[in-house]
Amino acid sequence: MGRPPADGMRLLHFPARGGNIMDQFVLQLLNGLDKGAAYALIALGLTLVFGTLGVVNFAHGALFMIGAFCAVVFSRLLQLETVTVDPEKLTPWGSPMEIRTPLVQAWLGDFGAFLVEWSVPLSILFAIPVMLFVGIAMERGLIRFFYRRTHAEQILVTFGLAIVLQEIVKANFGANPIPVATPPALSGSADVGTWIGLGSIYYPWWRLIYLGFALVVVGLVISFLRFTTYGMVVRAGMEDRQTVGFLGIDIQRRFTVVFAIAAVVAGVAGVMYTPIVPPNYNIGMDFLVLSFVVVVVGGMGSVSGAVLAGFLLGILQSFAAMNEIKNIIPGIDQVIIYLVAVVVLLTMPRGLLGRKGVMER
Amino acid sequence: MAILRNDLVRLALFALVILTMPIWLAPIGAAYPDLMQKIAIYGIFAIGFNILFGMTGYLSFGHAAFLGVGSYAAVWSFKLLTMSVIPAVLFAVVVAGLFAAVIGFVSLRRSGIYFSILTLAFAQMSYNLAYSVLTPITNGETGLQLALGDPRILDRAFTDAGSGIPPPNLLGEELSGLSGFFFCAALLILCFYLAMRIDRSPFGMMLKAIKSNQTRMAYTGFNTRPYTLAAFIISGMYAGLAGGLLAATDPLAGAERMQWTASGEVVLMTILGGVGTLVGPVVGAGVIKYFENIFSAFHEAKLHEAFSFLPDGLENFFVTITAPFVGEGWHLTLGVVFMLIVIFLPGGLMEGVRKIRNAFTRKPASREETGRLAPAE
Amino acid sequence: MANAVLHVADVHKSFGGLRALSDIDLQVMEGTTHAIIGPNGAGKSTLLNVCIGRIAPDTGAVVFDGQVITGKQPHEINQMGVVRVFQTPEIFPDLSLLHNVMVPAFAKRDGSFRLNALQVTSRQTAIREEAEHWLEDVGLYKQRETLAASLSRGDKRRLELAMGLVQHPRLLLLDEPTAGMSRHDTNSTIDLLRKFKERGMTKVIIEHDMHVVFSLADRVTVLAQGRIIADGKPDEVRGNPVVQEAYLGGAH
Repeated sequence: MGRPPADGMRLLHFPARGGNIMDQFVLQLLNGLDKGAAYALIALGLTLVFGTLGVVNFAHGALFMIGAFCAVVFSRLLQLETVTVDPEKLTPWGSPMEIRTPLVQAWLGDFGAFLVEWSVPLSILFAIPVMLFVGIAMERGLIRFFYRRTHAEQILVTFGLAIVLQEIVKANFGANPIPVATPPALSGSADVGTWIGLGSIYYPWWRLIYLGFALVVVGLVISFLRFTTYGMVVRAGMEDRQTVGFLGIDIQRRFTVVFAIAAVVAGVAGVMYTPIVPPNYNIGMDFLVLSFVVVVVGGMGSVSGAVLAGFLLGILQSFAAMNEIKNIIPGIDQVIIYLVAVVVLLTMPRGLLGRKGVMER
Repeated sequence: MAILRNDLVRLALFALVILTMPIWLAPIGAAYPDLMQKIAIYGIFAIGFNILFGMTGYLSFGHAAFLGVGSYAAVWSFKLLTMSVIPAVLFAVVVAGLFAAVIGFVSLRRSGIYFSILTLAFAQMSYNLAYSVLTPITNGETGLQLALGDPRILDRAFTDAGSGIPPPNLLGEELSGLSGFFFCAALLILCFYLAMRIDRSPFGMMLKAIKSNQTRMAYTGFNTRPYTLAAFIISGMYAGLAGGLLAATDPLAGAERMQWTASGEVVLMTILGGVGTLVGPVVGAGVIKYFENIFSAFHEAKLHEAFSFLPDGLENFFVTITAPFVGEGWHLTLGVVFMLIVIFLPGGLMEGVRKIRNAFTRKPASREETGRLAPAE
Repeated sequence: MANAVLHVADVHKSFGGLRALSDIDLQVMEGTTHAIIGPNGAGKSTLLNVCIGRIAPDTGAVVFDGQVITGKQPHEINQMGVVRVFQTPEIFPDLSLLHNVMVPAFAKRDGSFRLNALQVTSRQTAIREEAEHWLEDVGLYKQRETLAASLSRGDKRRLELAMGLVQHPRLLLLDEPTAGMSRHDTNSTIDLLRKFKERGMTKVIIEHDMHVVFSLADRVTVLAQGRIIADGKPDEVRGNPVVQEAYLGGAH
């Protein structure tokens, strides 16, 4: 535990060097939106599970971490190599030249090479079934026994589960971060400044993609809740769990589905995140605490609140990291999120968009 | 003595068990002072945490902040005043108490998970600040250490500065090894006694009533805020004492003591031992610190040794199975044990003890009943 | 002539668009038992909640013993001697019956806060005997060491009654004290409450059971849809056609 602070504070921050104040502003705004996207994606599932199942899930960060490792495993699978020996060519040492080719490339030619390059986005297809399985297994195997237990017990059992999942990953992948390659076509930077007519401001493509991706996922989840009958029942359950039970709807099944959705959202968020920060076993925990703060600031059980608070805190945090601000209030970048959380909780007792009576003993 | 006879017996037993730790911990390889000190210190931390969580029902997720503050305060006392541990420990308790009063005053405006998040937020702020802008006070990532050039005003007033950094002392006696343990153990016993007094007092009864039904307390004529605040401060002072003792036994203070995982650890200890019981938190602290030290020191060679009584095939099999749980992987053991406890024994180890005791005492009773039924047939 | 202990003066309260209480003006005389009756949703419980500071009225005020208590904290109002017995039992489920009654007794003796962390509860004989006395009166003495959570609903109500009475309130507000009790328990509760009437305790009682109302009340106020529709001696109110209309016509 003796490592320097590595919570979300230090994550996902693209350094903004030099430039005038306007460039700085644009870069920090983008940084903030990017951070916000990551917070929102994790907090979304957390608040969904809380609102419907009434469970405080401390293992939610571990789901993000599992997603990230899905990307690691998938890209390793794609890079399994065959070794052929070319007798014609010799190495400078006089032994026959070994040629290593990824299996998929050997089988599928150019298409295989394409697969290898685009392994991260493709891992999503791999991660979705894995996360569905993990989510369903977790809910059926453990979480459902804790619907009626106290929140403290829920926190503790899921915290234990998170430790177990982390340690399993650590035992198999080691403790060091594992880099995952960005698709080469997207590894450069985009000239965002020119788009909006401010001269050259460069921002990495992949971070822009992450932002877009997050918005799509958030949009999908919210429209699922808003526009499908299934989602409407889930929402009704968030408003008033008992009544929905009276309607004779198979609540248990929906709980499982909601949990699985939350797991998938956290998982794909983890997959897409790998090119930004190489994942290690601890990456979920780093995000968990901040996501909890995000959920509470947004209002426990409120999906739109979590998204709003995620982006809000992300942006605030980015701007607090600007030197111009840090010079005025030293250390503000370190505490801004928590400070906002304290102020919001004391002035708006139920968070930004929370409902009455949730989680108040 | 204004305490009941049964409780005196309990206190005497507790003191006996704690003070004889060097004897009965020896067979399980845990009788070295460093570990026993840790058990005693974290025992104090957990007892104090239980006054807030177990009695009053407020789950703080930021209690490690007070531990950390206590450590810093004690090291500063060593640096500025004297190497004597008494002012250091007192200073740690007072500073942590003041810090708790401020944080408690704000956090206790909310209850339930909101309270937990508020305490977590404050602790994380302290932790992040200790690493950044507060470096002049905390010495950042290196941690606050003693230095040869420290003023130590009181010590210098009586003796000349020696050639090295003197060790912490208690009334002139050097505090290291077993003497360090006994110092911590004595304070643990004192803390246990105070917690027991609180538990048996009307004040303790009010705390339990607040946990049971806080709204009702207001309509019963109580202003609950000062009660919860008092509980918060008391438990913060316990944490400060624990932090001060950590510094007294090893004069170093680092910010990692304030991280939320450290706050989580004391929650685990309390739950593992038994929330709301007096002895439980100490048992929990002991078990966790024991596992941490013993399990993390295990490695494969030791496992082979341990299973050497088995035939070769079985030996290898058992070693393969258990290897991931020891050494580097002891956290895995902790996680698994933790889940099992919460799932099957929500009252913690103390509930387990109670269940076993009930099973033994009930047996004769049921036999008696069947005996009474027998003649009727 | 006895003076008014409680004066609810021109109280209005609405929730959203719904008027829960309008134009309530009510005086409770010292030493009397004042019953408030009315169909469901008439605003009876809201009225009690206004009196103990749980709900703030939109306009108007509540005066107790010559002092305005509107805006005071619930615990301050309790300390002045206004005690409420709740409709759904509000007890301390994790404490023993004895401790459930000792807690309010401490509130009476020590005030709203006292850091008495070094006293020993079981040595507080005066308080304990007082609590035991009240448990005996409500018929729960034998179970005094059991946890309150294990009580039946009717027993919880009797426990709450003891918790209220142990504070020797100047004004006791009872919200359907006999709901959920057997006929036998109802009668013994009535007897118990009568005993206090003789000792001069002022009581406001909300009740559906007319048997209870007419055995205890000196005065009856009838509420319907948040308004007072009748007020007078039990017999007067019983014969009032408006009341009969509200109960028989309005309720259906």
